[in-house]
Amino acid sequence: MGRVVITGMGIYSCLGENLDEVKESLYAGKSGIIFDQERKDFGYRSALTGYVKDPEIKKSLTRRQRISMGQEAKFAYIATLEALKNAKINEQYLIDNEVGILYGNDSTSQSVIESIDKIREKKDTTLVGSGAIFKAMNCTVTMNLATIFKLKGINLTVSAACASGSQSVGLGYHLIKSGLQDCVICGGAQEVNKYAMGSFDGLGVFSLRENDPTKASRPFDKNRDGLIPSGGAATLILESYESAVKRGAPILGEVVGYGFSSNGEHISTPNVDGPSRAIRMALGQAELLPEQIEYVNAHATSTPVGDQNEAKTIHNIFGKSLPYVSSTKSMTGHECWMAGASEIVYSMLMMQNSFIAPNINLEETDEDSEKLNLVKETLDKNIDVFLSNSFGFGGTNSVIIVKKIKS
Amino acid sequence: MEKDFIINKINDFLIDEFEVDAEELKPEANLKETLELDSLDFVDLVVSVESNFNVKLVAEDFVSIITLQDFYNFIDSRLN
Repeated sequence: MGRVVITGMGIYSCLGENLDEVKESLYAGKSGIIFDQERKDFGYRSALTGYVKDPEIKKSLTRRQRISMGQEAKFAYIATLEALKNAKINEQYLIDNEVGILYGNDSTSQSVIESIDKIREKKDTTLVGSGAIFKAMNCTVTMNLATIFKLKGINLTVSAACASGSQSVGLGYHLIKSGLQDCVICGGAQEVNKYAMGSFDGLGVFSLRENDPTKASRPFDKNRDGLIPSGGAATLILESYESAVKRGAPILGEVVGYGFSSNGEHISTPNVDGPSRAIRMALGQAELLPEQIEYVNAHATSTPVGDQNEAKTIHNIFGKSLPYVSSTKSMTGHECWMAGASEIVYSMLMMQNSFIAPNINLEETDEDSEKLNLVKETLDKNIDVFLSNSFGFGGTNSVIIVKKIKS
Repeated sequence: MEKDFIINKINDFLIDEFEVDAEELKPEANLKETLELDSLDFVDLVVSVESNFNVKLVAEDFVSIITLQDFYNFIDSRLN
């Protein structure tokens, strides 16, 4: 079985519109959360959200390409452009080789609602326009990017709730490891608008700390009161080691383990057993002992039950060695379908730049989180191996381990 | 509605919404080939005609519309 490396990354999030900006925000412990009056007026219980503006794509894409793209596809396009550039993959390479795409996405709410509203208003389906169907399908990201970048390999959207982005990286890793693909564009995208998160807000799991948006996301803090939705897109170029060496591509890290599991229990309440099995599976595949993991990027979203169960899980497995732990969601909020991919990008930026981003807003730990080695302030520290947790509704779990390749 | 007004309005949305080069907009221009419109674009032309002239076309109407002049004439005949 072959080795799988990361040769490019791209990011468009509430922490910045490219890798450099995001790296600065992570190092500074900067929050990307705002109060959005539009959501309040729409009937949201909590109007907090990550702020991600719609990217400008008019200059680089044709009308035909643009009208098929909703917000999530635009975000993914910008992140993928950066990742391909970073990986030194040009248009000709994409034409000559079977590069695939596996991208996490689990909704197209805005596009669906706007097109249905148009049909209701006009009572004529033609008047919805030709782009509506391509914006509204859940595979909108892979459909659009495969067309724009002329991709010829696997072309598949991964829908696994808030583990979508992580599962896309895991599945891409396996396709390359097994020799079926040499290069796959992996990632996750998440729309950011009032239509996408209304039903999630309705569950009462969003933070109500509206008077203090940047302090609202506080994973592992005793006084947390819920998560904050966010979004954007993150792309990782996964490639076989041989292909990367042959191309002279930058090798940013090696994916060494992917673990997955399903809780088989409640639709929204996470447990300890499912994530534990996924972590152990990833460690086994990577042939690593728990004490060899230096940093855990936690899934922790800032909900009491989710954070507590993850703290228990991490402590059960890593309790002896106590690796550094932080949840970058303290800065980004919960990037949902994108989170599994973006958090690998965030951790990669830390590994490349020898620091660990802080779990901001952690003022007081609780009985579970006090047992972890949580990073409260930015730590200048070299990391060689990290593990990234992603869990989602329906009890889907995905864990990725990435290792630095020493030159 | 004056024919010149119709022509200008059609040219405007072809330039603004379909990003067709103004220089390409000659009456004898083949609507499909010169303007590089594909089958999906004809759906959007139906949308633009409806929003600009409140005239409902069906994609099949474009079978008989070959040139830009045919297009102007077709809209003119539906309006007047």
